[in-house]
Amino acid sequence: MNDNQSKTSSQQMSNLLADTEFLDDIRQQMLRFATLQLRDSHLAEDAVQEALIGALKNAGSFGGRAALKTWMFAILKNKIIDILRYKQRVVNVSSLLHGQDENEDEDLSELFDSKGFWQVDERPVAWGNPEASMRESDFWRVFEACLDNLPAKQARVFMMREFVELDAEEICANLELTLSNLHVLLYRSRLRLRECIENNWYLKGERNDELS
Amino acid sequence: MMNCREATRLMSESQERKLLVSNQMLLQLHVMMCSGCHNFKQQMGTIRTRTREYAKRKE
Repeated sequence: MNDNQSKTSSQQMSNLLADTEFLDDIRQQMLRFATLQLRDSHLAEDAVQEALIGALKNAGSFGGRAALKTWMFAILKNKIIDILRYKQRVVNVSSLLHGQDENEDEDLSELFDSKGFWQVDERPVAWGNPEASMRESDFWRVFEACLDNLPAKQARVFMMREFVELDAEEICANLELTLSNLHVLLYRSRLRLRECIENNWYLKGERNDELS
Repeated sequence: MMNCREATRLMSESQERKLLVSNQMLLQLHVMMCSGCHNFKQQMGTIRTRTREYAKRKE
């Protein structure tokens, strides 16, 4: 990188850091992510704080918002993994990283019959457009509650994949999972999340329509 | 015919990597004939979009 380029990018960076709205947004997102991962708002608060400080300390070489955000999340993710590892060692809660709280051979017979077809009352329905009948903020409340209800390990991989948008290889490397473990965990998380959203949002929305 | 369990598993996996062409074809055939799995497929897309919105949403 020549002098001109580095001047431009540090200029850009100070502009970004002066943009409090941008920083607030990103802090909010990081907090949400950390809370869901750690299940502890104080630990999450601390992790985000440390990640932000770490990120801002070396903020020189970033060309723009997208790059900065990716980097901040990368730092946060490592903090979270450190915290989880530490917790695991200290409290010996092995379920956090290599959990027993969710069995990978977990029985799916509630969802599928013995031939592997949907149980009648579990078959996904068309979600349509309940936004019209229920407030958007209610949707997010349901969505958040459903994420919270996922077993810890499923929630963690789901968020890394869909929220931070890491690819499968990165997640496996981070959490020391095999690719096939990861596929199973993501599959389970999506099955559960889908069912939870359907039961608590789409079906309720329809019912509300009928009542009103 | 592919069953729903296998079809949903593959639909989930296809969000991480490209499926084998043979599986893609069997899956497509299944989804055409099964309304539950057809809905499941739409919902996988909705969940992905919604999660990204959630990440970017303001309080």
